[in-house]
Amino acid sequence: MLTQEEKIGIDHAVAAVPYRKAACIEALKVVQTHRGWISDESLQQVASYLDMSTDELDSVATFYNLIFRKPVGRHIILVCDSISCWVMGYEKLHQHLRAYLGIDYGETTTDGRYTMLPNPCLGTCDGAPALMIDNDLYRNVNPEMLERILSKYP
Amino acid sequence: MEKPLTQHMRTDGKPLTLKAYEQVGGYSALRKVLSGMTPAEVLALIKDSNLRGRGGAGFPTGLKWSFVPQDAPKPRYLICNADEMEPGTFKDRSLLESMPHQLIEGMIISAFAIGADVSYVFLRWAYREAAGVITAAIREARDAGYLGDNILGSGYKLEMHLHTGAGRYICGEETALLNSLEGKRAIPRAKPPFPQVSGLFGRPTIVNNVETLCCIPPIVTHGAEWFRKLSRTADAGTKIYGVSGKVRRPGAWELPMGVTLRELIEDHAGGMLDGHKFRGALPGGASTDFLIDLDVKMDYTSVAAAGSRLGTGTVIVLDDQTCPVGFVRNLEHFFAQESCGFCTPCREGIPWIRNILTAMENGEGVSGDIELLEQHTAYLGPGHTFCAFAPGAMEPLQSAIKFFRDDFERHIDEKACPWREHSDTRLPMSHHEMNRYAEDTH
Ligand SMILES: Cc1cc2nc3c(=O)[nH]c(=O)nc-3n(C[C@H](O)[C@H](O)[C@H](O)COP(=O)(O)O)c2cc1C
Ligand code: SF4
Ligand code: FES
Repeated sequence: MLTQEEKIGIDHAVAAVPYRKAACIEALKVVQTHRGWISDESLQQVASYLDMSTDELDSVATFYNLIFRKPVGRHIILVCDSISCWVMGYEKLHQHLRAYLGIDYGETTTDGRYTMLPNPCLGTCDGAPALMIDNDLYRNVNPEMLERILSKYP
Repeated sequence: MEKPLTQHMRTDGKPLTLKAYEQVGGYSALRKVLSGMTPAEVLALIKDSNLRGRGGAGFPTGLKWSFVPQDAPKPRYLICNADEMEPGTFKDRSLLESMPHQLIEGMIISAFAIGADVSYVFLRWAYREAAGVITAAIREARDAGYLGDNILGSGYKLEMHLHTGAGRYICGEETALLNSLEGKRAIPRAKPPFPQVSGLFGRPTIVNNVETLCCIPPIVTHGAEWFRKLSRTADAGTKIYGVSGKVRRPGAWELPMGVTLRELIEDHAGGMLDGHKFRGALPGGASTDFLIDLDVKMDYTSVAAAGSRLGTGTVIVLDDQTCPVGFVRNLEHFFAQESCGFCTPCREGIPWIRNILTAMENGEGVSGDIELLEQHTAYLGPGHTFCAFAPGAMEPLQSAIKFFRDDFERHIDEKACPWREHSDTRLPMSHHEMNRYAEDTH
């Protein structure tokens, strides 16, 4: 069952569009904010709330990079792997993250703390290399800074 | 030097509040429009200003607006494209975060000109700070009577909504954006019908870039001639240019349209980092051809004459310590991941290209690879695919082969990348798209 809070969030999105289905991406994001990821069960609940079929909603859910159809960690690390960051030393940063966390892209640490994903250009290329953790952006990141930054996300 | 887009930005990067914006003349352009101009007059003014779209294609804004049929029934839509996901591009972010009301004012005036009654800001997910700023600014504008049922007592009505994306580059393509706003997979649409006639929810729709819309209030305030004269060349206005890569001071600056690439890199970005030499640059994001001539004027017409596109005007520099093949491999890896998958040449061709470039980087390139890449650039060029994504992806590749062919050949002849320190670290070859995390479930 969708919670009252989730329904309020979805209703807000529905109000901005002419028919319910059109709010489905926003609805998935609302539910993901509360539950971390979109399970088959969550998918069914959102689909029936928006009068659409589960399969149709899944075709949308699987299209977008930031809708997660598998469980993720408490914190999402999005590492910019695009061109300016690559020129400015992205590969070293990625190597350090891999070694430090013991995971690669698409994986979650065994304690469920972090999931690491590559992400296209974060739009802050004058501060390359860059990464985001949850909603926070970090610019000019070097391997020495990683430990301190990561410690802020228990 | 006049800077109509950025002059009022706060130095701490915080957003200019409604009050502060009004104190420097904000919303007076909207008052001027609503207290005596007709939509046709606004349209004529924008046409006369020679404003060209800042989203990448440089399409004349007034001309685009004029394609909305005058007798088209309501609702009509105006959409601000704030998807900014073109690699190497970071110009709209600062406008969104710092000048939300100039964008909103520009959107209201533009919506009035095309007779729109609903507007959306389509913002990429990653711009979290901008999402908060725009949400607050829309509320402020509504409370002040700049949005709503009877704007400034003129009888004009406009609603505005923020939509944040879920992360796919193709959402920036305007017809894919429309599908995404309708809650669908972001796959481009066939044209015609053009969005101006049948766009969002099948209604007449105009999509404009953030920077384009921010130009509108100053044009209304100061006039078309003033705007044209801001530029050094025939393409009007100022432009937010950026430089990233191995330069001393990477950054973005508002400058007269038509500054040279040399001025951008040497004066504004402070020149190359010590020990690095300039070899070439993408003038406006990942989907543009390399330029190697520093004296090209950075406007739509001159960059096109030099064999590339101004694109977003945010320059990515290639230096002599960086491998051109690795550089292009990174770009094609991005395009391979972000292809929407709808048409075969793009969905299958770009991963193939990425794999050839990866093999070259791993010292496994074979003779004939360069010719194979060239075949791809021909078959994925304009006219062969459903949208402009694939032709854009071919631009850096075809020009890299043209300018840096020797370097491609060296990879094959020497069976190694001359730039890679650790030839033991192989780059992954697989088709598996790791950042499409979501797709693994099936
Ligand atoms: C693959 C692709 C991605 C695009 N991404 C963006 C984008 O992120 N932002 C943008 O304003 N325009 C983008 N565009 C251009 C839009 O399709 C459209 O031309 C533009 O938003 C129109 O605005 P303008 O006329 O003000 O430039 C993209 C085009 C393509 C083909
Ligand atoms: S060219 Fe690529 S992005 Fe465009 S429709 Fe075809 S598959 Fe999709
Ligand atoms: S390339 Fe990494 S932020 Fe743009």
